[in-house]
Amino acid sequence: MSGFLGKLSWDALPYDPIVITTLCVVAVVGALVAFLVIKNNLLGVLWRDWLTSVDHKKLGIMYIVLALIMLMRGFADAIMMRLQLALATNGDPGYLPPHHYDQIFTAHGVIMIIFMAMPFMIGLMNIVVPLQIGARDVAFPFLNNLSFWLAASGAILVNISLGLGEFAKTGWVAYPPLAGLEYSPGVGVDYYIWALQISGIGTTLTAVNFLATVFKMRAPGMKLMDMPIFTWTCTWANILIAASFPILTAVLAMLTLDRYLDFHFFTNDGGGNSMMYINLFWAWGHPEVYILVLPAFGIFSEIVSTFTGKRLFGYKSMVWATASISILGFIVWLHHFFTMGSSANVNAFFGIMTMIIAVPTGVKLFNWLFTMYRGRLRITVPVLWTLGFMVTFTIGGMTGVLLAVPGADYVLHNSLFLIAHFHNTIIGGAVFGYLAGFAFWFPKAMGFHLNVKLGKAAFWCWLVGFFLAFMPLYVLGFLGMTRRLNHTDNPDWNIWLYIALVGAIVIFAGIACQLLQLYVSFRDRKQNLDTTGDPWNGHTLEWSTASPPQFYNFAEVPVVSDIDAFTDMKEKGTAYQRKESYAPIHMPKNTSAGIIMGGLLTAFGFAMIWHIWWLAIASLVGTVVTFIVRAYTTDVDYYVQPDEVAQIENEHLDNVAKG
Amino acid sequence: MSTAMNTHDAHEAGAHHDEHHDTGSNTVFGFWLYLMTDCLLFASIFATYAVLFMNTAGGVSGKDIFDLELILAGTAALLFSSITYGFAMISAHRKNKAGTLGWLAVTFLFGACFIALEIYEFHHLIVNGHGPQASAFLSAFFTLVGTHGLHVTAGMIWMVILMIEVAKTGLTGRAITRISCLSLFWHFLDVVWICVFTVVYLMGAI
Repeated sequence: MSGFLGKLSWDALPYDPIVITTLCVVAVVGALVAFLVIKNNLLGVLWRDWLTSVDHKKLGIMYIVLALIMLMRGFADAIMMRLQLALATNGDPGYLPPHHYDQIFTAHGVIMIIFMAMPFMIGLMNIVVPLQIGARDVAFPFLNNLSFWLAASGAILVNISLGLGEFAKTGWVAYPPLAGLEYSPGVGVDYYIWALQISGIGTTLTAVNFLATVFKMRAPGMKLMDMPIFTWTCTWANILIAASFPILTAVLAMLTLDRYLDFHFFTNDGGGNSMMYINLFWAWGHPEVYILVLPAFGIFSEIVSTFTGKRLFGYKSMVWATASISILGFIVWLHHFFTMGSSANVNAFFGIMTMIIAVPTGVKLFNWLFTMYRGRLRITVPVLWTLGFMVTFTIGGMTGVLLAVPGADYVLHNSLFLIAHFHNTIIGGAVFGYLAGFAFWFPKAMGFHLNVKLGKAAFWCWLVGFFLAFMPLYVLGFLGMTRRLNHTDNPDWNIWLYIALVGAIVIFAGIACQLLQLYVSFRDRKQNLDTTGDPWNGHTLEWSTASPPQFYNFAEVPVVSDIDAFTDMKEKGTAYQRKESYAPIHMPKNTSAGIIMGGLLTAFGFAMIWHIWWLAIASLVGTVVTFIVRAYTTDVDYYVQPDEVAQIENEHLDNVAKG
Repeated sequence: MSTAMNTHDAHEAGAHHDEHHDTGSNTVFGFWLYLMTDCLLFASIFATYAVLFMNTAGGVSGKDIFDLELILAGTAALLFSSITYGFAMISAHRKNKAGTLGWLAVTFLFGACFIALEIYEFHHLIVNGHGPQASAFLSAFFTLVGTHGLHVTAGMIWMVILMIEVAKTGLTGRAITRISCLSLFWHFLDVVWICVFTVVYLMGAI
């Protein structure tokens, strides 16, 4: 039986100078932020207007803040790895010992996928989807707030592992038996398990919430085949989440039972079968990459159609292509382990299914090209990201088809060719998409424009940096370099490793430009206000609101009769109409239940990781009690009165008239 | 697609509902979606059981340890509880508060019988050295059956809380929505149990 603090002791504190320095920097920055918040008396505002908010637009912004913070953490990991590999050549051990290096590549993968890309995607979806379908909020606003706090809770646990104990040394997939208790007796895998488990449940709830929202709360007249394309791609992503995240929940629970209660799901002894873990993990993991990239495709579609001033070419084929990718995405998971030793027929089936995905993806690319054809493309920052994506992603897609050939995969499996491929699709596809969406919807969400020069600089640094950092990895893969190497001793590889480091530094410059862009844009915001709410001459309903949108989104729920609903209204002259009177608007009240449950579940995860059983029981019971208390609160909503609505609407319409 | 419009109208009508932001129809639909995710959770565990049930590591297999008569009694209790829950739903729709509470109480008792038999079965297996640590088969067995049991237990806790609500505030719109959600949950657990009974116990006992 363990003591009061379980396995937690002074030994958990870091001794590595790199980690200690990082923690000091984090502490200083954290203290600075806290000081500024308190000095400017923002604590109340932060609590009332943000942390407890059930407004989907504010939750979206908080998701993106989380994603950007985690992007910096994940990128710090990335550049440390690149530096290590550039230094540790010709037999030199470099500066990162294996036990630290292994934690870094695991943390990098987990953070970038689960705590950077997912919150970024879900943040954009939060801000945009309810507006695009003409809804005043999501179906379950409190649940939306809770989902955010579950994501934040997971992110906090990952970051605690930096200062207390260790993170997993298994790679982001945490395959047993390596991730089992026998070979990973420390707390690293437990941090991994609970961070993913808690945030994963939040993601499942988000999918349920947004599916109910799009199926039940669309504006009158908006048929499913009238939904804006971004909403459609998010809907398919949510279907994939609802269908795949429970598998992750189950497989993590089984790994937990193996590690905590000596079960034999995936152990070497007792009849366990570690391949079952790998199957289940990728039955989630492969749909997951489509969850990331489909909304990005939706973003590009919106951008291409908006900035060419044309209707999207092939809307219906776009929707069906998304559907095909979603369904095919579920029957390709085995291509992650062709080398497992399934029969040739099984490998052939999964290889062919994988290659077929290139067809609907190609449909999408041609649709974007045909939308641009004879259009007048305005070269803005979102368009730059889109063009960069179309070139980069096509390369990534083609190397994917190459890897889908089981015979070729036997050579390239677990090599840097694979690393280059999935970064090519995830960065060139998903991340470019989110950054495009960020630039596109920023004025809508925040009410002012982003600095264009720095935005373009950021794009070029990212694009050039990406090619410098990842094209050499394709070469290294062909030269036989495998992934997760801590140091190398092959003079033929050195030059490519150096180029990759230069690439990472150029990407760093891109991220620096983006941070500078945020600072400069915020500083000059008064000169760059978006007063009309429609800065790009947009097609869909989100552009019919003010920037930032009224907290109730729509004073009157719009009636929709076209895919490009707002363009339709502008053409018919029904946009920006002043109303004589308004009806009261029913709105949900903010609640602190979400952040309290998030905090308690963070404590629960922490307690489970360190085997502090009393705290685990107390925090779990506390979570359930908080939920029940919230469920029986009757004071959850209120009405916005017509005169307040009229005042807000008239102010907006005056601004539009002036603009 | 026209149904989507109709349900939207229903939402609009419900927007003027005076006590709750979510309309009942949104909540029930959302809860149904959640059940689908739960269904996939069970599917994952079923798949694992199917892969691992022969991996007995030289120990017992299903036909050595399953007591079908005991399981039949538990199954009967659970299936009857679905019928009694149905009676509770009918009472709720008739605004019969006492009837609703009564049938929920009967359902709870049947659920308690089921859980008691399951605990007895688990305890019996563990003391005889057939605990989940003994083999991959037993790990998968305990996890599959135990996950279902945890769900039933959660449903029973929910039932008690719901009964307190109904007793205190009567059959309000919100209470009826919640009774409907729990109904979906309860019947869903029955369906899962029928699969467990067939795949684990009947096929295992052959």
